[in-house]
Amino acid sequence: MDEAHLKRRRRDLIVATVLACIAALVPLFVKDVYVQNIMVLTLMYAALSQAWNILGGYCGQISLGHALYFGLGAYTTALLFTKFGVLPWFGMLGGGLISAAIALALGYPTFRLRGHYFVIATIVIAEIGFLLFHNWDWAGAALGIDIPVRGDSWAKFQFTRSKLPYYYFALVFCCVAWLVTWWLENSKWGYWWRAVKDNPEAAESLGVVVFNSKMGAAAVSAFLTAIGGAFYAMFVSYIDPESVMTFQFSLLMALPAVLGGIGTLWGPVLGAVILIPLTELTRSFVGGSGRGVDLILYGTVIVLISLARPEGLIGLFSRRPASKGVPQ
Amino acid sequence: MTTATIIQSLASGLLMGLLYGLVAVGLALIFGLMDVTNFAHGEFLMLAMYITFFLFTFFAIDPLLSAPLVGGAMFLFGAVAYLFVIRFAMRAKANIGMVQIFTTFGLAILMRGLAQYFFTPDYRSINVSWLGGKTISFGGIFLPVPQLVGALVSLAAFGALYFFMKKTDFGRALEATREDAGAVALVGIDKNKVFALGWGLGSALIGLAGAVMAMFFYIYPDVGASFALIAYVTVALGGFGSVFGAFAGGIIVGLVEATTALLLPPSLKAVGIYAVYLLVVFIRPRGLFGSI
Repeated sequence: MDEAHLKRRRRDLIVATVLACIAALVPLFVKDVYVQNIMVLTLMYAALSQAWNILGGYCGQISLGHALYFGLGAYTTALLFTKFGVLPWFGMLGGGLISAAIALALGYPTFRLRGHYFVIATIVIAEIGFLLFHNWDWAGAALGIDIPVRGDSWAKFQFTRSKLPYYYFALVFCCVAWLVTWWLENSKWGYWWRAVKDNPEAAESLGVVVFNSKMGAAAVSAFLTAIGGAFYAMFVSYIDPESVMTFQFSLLMALPAVLGGIGTLWGPVLGAVILIPLTELTRSFVGGSGRGVDLILYGTVIVLISLARPEGLIGLFSRRPASKGVPQ
Repeated sequence: MTTATIIQSLASGLLMGLLYGLVAVGLALIFGLMDVTNFAHGEFLMLAMYITFFLFTFFAIDPLLSAPLVGGAMFLFGAVAYLFVIRFAMRAKANIGMVQIFTTFGLAILMRGLAQYFFTPDYRSINVSWLGGKTISFGGIFLPVPQLVGALVSLAAFGALYFFMKKTDFGRALEATREDAGAVALVGIDKNKVFALGWGLGSALIGLAGAVMAMFFYIYPDVGASFALIAYVTVALGGFGSVFGAFAGGIIVGLVEATTALLLPPSLKAVGIYAVYLLVVFIRPRGLFGSI
């Protein structure tokens, strides 16, 4: 392990600590509920995209079906809370474990698929999940689940008077997702993932190790995504298949990482900080008319950034490109 | 469930399947040519349906007659999309697969936004085509005429495409580029030109499909999304890049959908298609007719 590498890792950790402290202080100065709402969503998407990045960025397995795990987290929490009165914390953990288990079960057959076959399989699997929840009467079917207010406490994870507790949870969630990525990046798995991504053939010759590291990435990624889903369910207190399990949602989780810089530690954070306020602001200023101006803007930004900065915006901050990639 | 019901729905499934094949074949062609999946495929279809709708509304041209016009317009659109957007995505030095996926996704979102802005999110339909509402019966099986004509257009298009690929210079250049783009450059064929024409041809085929589908589906900005996923499944079932695979895949998808609709509630009919897709690729990871 060379000196420069260790220095960079230490620097990343210090920068992250400073940014987290600043983020923790921001609500003292920003009292506007609308802005606080956007900040909560930004942190949530930064964390979700970080989770997606573990599988899609580091491991190179482009999943466009992460809405399935998000939805499972949201539904497990909402159903346990409304039907059985189980505290959201247990729902969150349960949803995470269910998602990780399903990711492992799905990873077994899907990781044998290459390229577009894999991408389409992930979309199709999430779509099946969407259709099943859409038709599942006990889970509210198309109408969804309205989560009633049963108190105002950390135990019940419901806060009616202020958005701040949600903000601080989202901040912690974001930090945890970042730390997990930071730690994994330098782990045994991290090196295997890079090998899988850069040269699948050579990595395949390592056999079972590659497969196991992909499975690990899928489980961690799904677990974290489900935590996000559980949080979202309690935050908005109403979920239906349209709002938590559509393809659009899978795309939204991948985009910050893609725009910021795929397979990098800071890409998802940077992408979310730019993309989410942009989306929310355009939606409220021009999107309400239903005339698609937000989509036009969104689409243009994605096309321009993918064409002009294929390695992501994070490339603007470092002298070397974030990922050298394989010349084609 | 009587035998007649089963035969009836299989017949409708077959007609629908031929149409799915036509929707998918452009995607298969482009993929085979340059290893790119156009994730804006559904939006190309949506655009073709709108062009058909406007030709009908403003110039009273029946969708069947406007099909060649829509095909021509989409040819231009596809070639321009390649020259102005896709060509640059192919130049990326890093994350090329990812860049290509998200560029076409961005294009899809942009097209959907533009459609909402210019055409409004309203549902539109062409219900006064001279074929509209007619049915024809074969020994007790009733088939709607628009769907039947759509299936015939699809068969004709597949026949023409086969002929084109085998007998014309451009078709052969396309086939050669599919097989070895590097060698093709050595013999003096301009790869960029072939790619642009390939995108044009693929889009022209979506144009034909869009014109036919405008006869019996509602037209709205998101209409492409639902058909796009079916098209990806169709293509992947057949094996990416295989034109015959798209044809066979379309028929399988149509029949599976019809069978699922008999057994499950209508809102779940797509589950059958997706399940068959997963089953096929888990057994044959390159699709039914894709090269291993």
